[in-house]
Amino acid sequence: MPTELSADEVLRIATLARLDLTADEQRLFARQLADVLTYADQLRQVDTTGTSPTAHALTSVTPLRADALEPSLARRDALANAPEADLERGLFKVPRVIGG
Amino acid sequence: MIASWTAVQIREAIRHRHISAEEVVQTFLDRITECDGRLNAWLTVAADSALAEARAIDRTRPDPVARPLLGVPVAIKDNLCTRGVPTSAGSRVLQHFVPPFDATVVSRLRAAGAIVLGKTNCDEFAMGSSNENSAFGPVRNPWALDRIPGGSSGGSAAAVAARMAPVALGSDTGGSVRLPAALCGVVGLKPTYGRVSRFGLIAFGSSLDQVGPLARTVDDAAALLTAISGHDPRDATSAPREPAGMPDAEASLVGLRVGVPRRFMAEGVDERVSRIFETTLGHLQTAGASLVEIDLPHAPTAIPTYYIVATAEASSNLARYDGVRYGYRAALSADDGLVRMYEKTRDQGFGAEVKRRIMLGTYVLSAGYYDAYYLKAQQVRTLIRQDYERAFAGSDVIAMPTSPGPAFALGERVDDPLQMYLADVFTVSANLAGLPAVSIPAGFTPEGLPVGFQLTGAAFDESRLLGISRVLEGLVDAGSKEPPGFETIRQPGAEAGA
Repeated sequence: MPTELSADEVLRIATLARLDLTADEQRLFARQLADVLTYADQLRQVDTTGTSPTAHALTSVTPLRADALEPSLARRDALANAPEADLERGLFKVPRVIGG
Repeated sequence: MIASWTAVQIREAIRHRHISAEEVVQTFLDRITECDGRLNAWLTVAADSALAEARAIDRTRPDPVARPLLGVPVAIKDNLCTRGVPTSAGSRVLQHFVPPFDATVVSRLRAAGAIVLGKTNCDEFAMGSSNENSAFGPVRNPWALDRIPGGSSGGSAAAVAARMAPVALGSDTGGSVRLPAALCGVVGLKPTYGRVSRFGLIAFGSSLDQVGPLARTVDDAAALLTAISGHDPRDATSAPREPAGMPDAEASLVGLRVGVPRRFMAEGVDERVSRIFETTLGHLQTAGASLVEIDLPHAPTAIPTYYIVATAEASSNLARYDGVRYGYRAALSADDGLVRMYEKTRDQGFGAEVKRRIMLGTYVLSAGYYDAYYLKAQQVRTLIRQDYERAFAGSDVIAMPTSPGPAFALGERVDDPLQMYLADVFTVSANLAGLPAVSIPAGFTPEGLPVGFQLTGAAFDESRLLGISRVLEGLVDAGSKEPPGFETIRQPGAEAGA
C-alpha cells in the first residue's frame, strides 16, 4: 500500500459513499486511509487457507417468526422527524428526482 | 449523602420508605447542575419527566418485588432511543431527532422501576476511544479534567464516576463500555453478543454492538444486566435465553483457573498499568485461583481485523442518514437534485472520524478490495474466535488489562487516527469473538489516574464472570474513592466547586 491513496481513488470512494468531501478532507483522507490500510496489510501474513469467514459471532440459525399482523408506528409519528414531509398525504418530500 | 449511594442502596431505601423517589431524583439533578459544567457528560437532562416519574412512584407505591430497580435514576448513552427525549448519538446529523419509541433496554429498565435521568455524551455514532469525536464537545475525565474519559461511552462513565448518576447504560462495539469504565474508575460490562437486545440501539457495527451497564459496584452492574437482558423478538440476533442471573453470592476463587496471555501483553503496556495488573493477579492467587499461561496467537491482529469489519458494517449502517426520513438535511441550491442532497447532507452532517470510517468501510467493501481486506478480516476473525475456544479449554476466565495506558491528555491523539485505534488493543477481540468481558477498578497510578482490570469469560457465562468480579472487588477496593473536586461530602474548609 502506497503512503497516499490517489486523488481519483479518494473521489471514487467518496462518490460510492455519497460524501461531498471538501478538498481539504480529500487530501487528509488520502493520507490517513493509506496509513490504516498499510497497518491492515499485516493481515496478509496470516495463513487463512481453508478458514471459513465469520460474519457473525452467534452460530445459531436465523430464527423465524409467525407472519402475523401487529400494531406498528403511526404514520404521523413516522413522519414527525422528516426534514420535509406532507403530513396530510403521508409523504416524505425530496428534491425532484426525474426530469425538471 | 444520597449521591454516593449505589443503585441497590437507593432501591432498598425507597422500598422501605426511608426516602422518596423524588428526593433521589432531585439529588442527582442537583449534582448534575453542580458538576457537569466541568465535565460535559450530559447532552439532555430529562428533569421534568424524571421528577414526574419519581412522584408517580411515591404516589402509587408500585410492588417493589416486581421492580428490582424501583426509583433508581439511570443515565442512558445518547445512541439508545428514548421516546420523546432527543437522541443524537453525538452527531449533528441527528441533532434534533426525537425517537417515537424506546429501545428495548430502555423499556425494560422502565418496567423494572428505573427512572431515565437523561442522555449522556458519546463519540459520534459510538466511533471513538476518547470521546473527542462528539459533535457537542468532548467529555472530560473527573479524575483529571485535562484528560479524556475514554470512549465511546465517556459521558456514561464520567456521570457514574462523578456521582451524577448511580448507574448508566453504554454500548460496546470494540471496548466502548470497558475502556471509559477503566479510565474513569468504574465497573463496565460488555455482555455476550446476543445476550441483550439491540432494538433501538443506533447501529454502528451490527455483528459487534452490545449494550452494557456501567456502575460503581459489580452488584449494581449485575442488577442492570438482569433487567435489560433476555430474548427480544424485535432483534433477530438476540439469543433465545432467559435474562442473565445475578452473580453467585457464595462465589469462591478456590480452584479457579485464570488464563493470562503473557506473550500478547509483552509489548506496549504502560509500566504503571502492568504493575497494577500483576498486583491484581496476586490478589486472585491469594484467594485461591491459579494462573495459567495461555496463548492467543492471533490477538495482535485483532485491531486491523476489527477496524476492517467494524468500518465495513458502519459504512452500510450509516447509509440511512440521507436527509429523507429523519435528521439533518443540508440547505440546497435550486438545481440540486436528490443525489446532491445526499452528498451535501452527509458531508455537513457527519464529523471527521465518522466520514473517515465510512470511507474506509466503503473502500474495503468495494470491487477489487473485498477479498483482500473484508473477506480476509472475516477469516482472521474466525482464527481469533478459535484462539479463545482453545484458551477456554484450559482456563475459566482470561485476564488482561482493559487499556494499555491510563487516560491520555485531551487532543493528544486527535491528529493520528491509528494511534487512537491502538487504545482498543485489549478490548476489541471480545467483540470479534462475541464473548462477555468486564472491566473493574483495580487501582490508581501515582498521579491518581484509575486503572482497570479486565476479565473475559466464555459465552453466556456472565454470572460466573460477575461472581468472580465481586470477590475481586472486595479484595482490591479501588472503586469507592471519589474523584477530587467531586466529593459528595464537602471537606471542611474546602471551596465549593474547587
